[in-house]
Amino acid sequence: MTLFDKFLRIRELGIFSIIVVFVIVAAIIDPRFMTLDSWRAVFLAIPLILVMAMGQMMVIICRHVDISIGSILAFSAIVIGLLYIQFPGLSLWLSLIITAFVGLVMGLINGFIVTRFNVHSIIVTLGTLSLYRGLVFIVSGGRQIDRNDIPEHVVSFSQTSFLFSIPGILIFSGIIVVITHLVMRHSVLGREIYATGSNPVAAHLKGINVTKVTLFCFGICGMLAGVAGLFYASRFGYVNPGVTGVGIEFIVIAGVIIGGTSITGGSGSVLGTFLGILLLGIINVALPVLNIPGEFQKAIYGLIIVVALALDQLIIYRMKKLSGGINA
Amino acid sequence: MLKTISIYLSENPTLRYWIVRPEWVAVILLIISIISSIQLSPFFADLAFIMDSATPYVEYGLIAIILTLIIISGEIDLSIASMIALTAVIFGTAYNAGFGMPISMLIALFSGTLCGLFNGILVTQLQIPSIILTIGTLTLYRGIAQSLASDFSLGGYPSWFIGIDYRYIGIVPIPVIIFTVFAVVVGFFLSSTIYGKQLYLIGTNPQTAKYSGIKVNRIKLLLFTLSGLVCGIAGVLTTSRLAVARFNMATGAELEIVLMVMLGGTYIFGGRGNIFGTFVAFWIVVILRAGLNVARIKIESQLTILGAMLIIAIILTNYIYSKSQK
Repeated sequence: MTLFDKFLRIRELGIFSIIVVFVIVAAIIDPRFMTLDSWRAVFLAIPLILVMAMGQMMVIICRHVDISIGSILAFSAIVIGLLYIQFPGLSLWLSLIITAFVGLVMGLINGFIVTRFNVHSIIVTLGTLSLYRGLVFIVSGGRQIDRNDIPEHVVSFSQTSFLFSIPGILIFSGIIVVITHLVMRHSVLGREIYATGSNPVAAHLKGINVTKVTLFCFGICGMLAGVAGLFYASRFGYVNPGVTGVGIEFIVIAGVIIGGTSITGGSGSVLGTFLGILLLGIINVALPVLNIPGEFQKAIYGLIIVVALALDQLIIYRMKKLSGGINA
Repeated sequence: MLKTISIYLSENPTLRYWIVRPEWVAVILLIISIISSIQLSPFFADLAFIMDSATPYVEYGLIAIILTLIIISGEIDLSIASMIALTAVIFGTAYNAGFGMPISMLIALFSGTLCGLFNGILVTQLQIPSIILTIGTLTLYRGIAQSLASDFSLGGYPSWFIGIDYRYIGIVPIPVIIFTVFAVVVGFFLSSTIYGKQLYLIGTNPQTAKYSGIKVNRIKLLLFTLSGLVCGIAGVLTTSRLAVARFNMATGAELEIVLMVMLGGTYIFGGRGNIFGTFVAFWIVVILRAGLNVARIKIESQLTILGAMLIIAIILTNYIYSKSQK
């Protein structure tokens, strides 16, 4: 096999070429798209979603879906916002640990219900989606955390940093992506997650603790959604109990699925997910440049999810056919 | 005491069949919620008030009944709330574009049917798991509604159309009558016709159902289409009640609709459940919501209770079924 053949077999090539074509078309229609400002906007839009997508990808590879992440984000953002009102001097590292812990607990609750009672994760997280959202209102009393409640060093985290003044959230989300890649590709735990997703029964017979692996995925997914709550407070400078994080789970799921992660579990990669989120970020920024009203964005995201699901199913169908028709 | 009962029940399978059923949980919950609501406020024990509180949930109830059929046959449809919004917006757009009222209604019902058909084709032909596909179409349909209506409220309907919830027969509002009749018809269909029995078989074991000559895919396609049609009806009813159509109406209604089905004891993995349970669960949700409103608990905080109830309902139903299976 030549190097070129190997290159063609990379699964992420499809999504990558879509991105390239999209960027070229957008740049031809309106050259303003290729300015530094719009690319800055792209890379400021994605860290929040990217971090959540890493956790969601793990959960989906493990054959589950967590749709409560938007509410987890809102809850951890509200908690950290209320803490900032009390202690404006709270350091960034401490707030990171607090939000991560809040998210971890909520994710583990999801994971516990799913694994202990053996119910479909979407129904469970549909319940906790509302449960956590209600908690957000109860904890905050329905009040918004305003711009001037959030200390300066937190806001600047999403604007600049010591390193070439690249925004801190971008660097931080980059680190999370690299760690996730290392865990998924080069650790025993990561391989166990893939094994659990492709066949839970076989994984159990092989001696993998399926419950533990599933709990880990949900825990990490919740933790990263919690960290995204801090990013949200830093990036947007306000936390509104009724608006923050509503519907963000569908954007994250869209990104993960178009990144080539199979909804039936067991396959998917960090690079693919990154490219999927990048495509959504580019679409997000390109729509106003291309004079498409913002109202169309949700419909486009929905269409992307449905098309990606159909393609994924066609790939599975073809693979089954190639391998001689296994009855799955 | 409990042990004696369980031994006695295990010796009498017929009795056990009638007693160990999740629907009784729904009935008991209904009684508990009525009693506790009356404790919260003495004004609650007023039949006319309860009937009035039921009207906003009738649209959800209609869909919950169809969703019961879908879940019994082993699938699920989560795009229901978005279909309500989309059909309502299409209805409003058509009416404002100059089509007459009957034509606009037909267009709304037709578009709902089309949405349901789209779900059904993707589920049956491409074999995409319905639970994840309808999450995709949930975003898609809501997005189309938003593209059509933007942030406007589509209103300006004739006065005979507005306010179906203010028309009564006796003290019973017309929507509640529609819901009850619909529940009885579908309940009869499910329990006493051959097609109803086929749904249970499909849900229990689709492979066996297929080999015994049941047209599994065609029936599932029909159910999803029906779900779209009923969402169209619900969209028109909602528009009549609110006098406007907006893209963000019925946001989060998936929770309440799925809650009604789950509280009614329908098994999430298919094959079991009935309309009676869903009918009782509808009244649980109505009384719970009304009771919480009377107790002046904020709408947003009520979400916590509904979410927790959904999880408890699933766990309880699974537990009861695992007991009755032995």
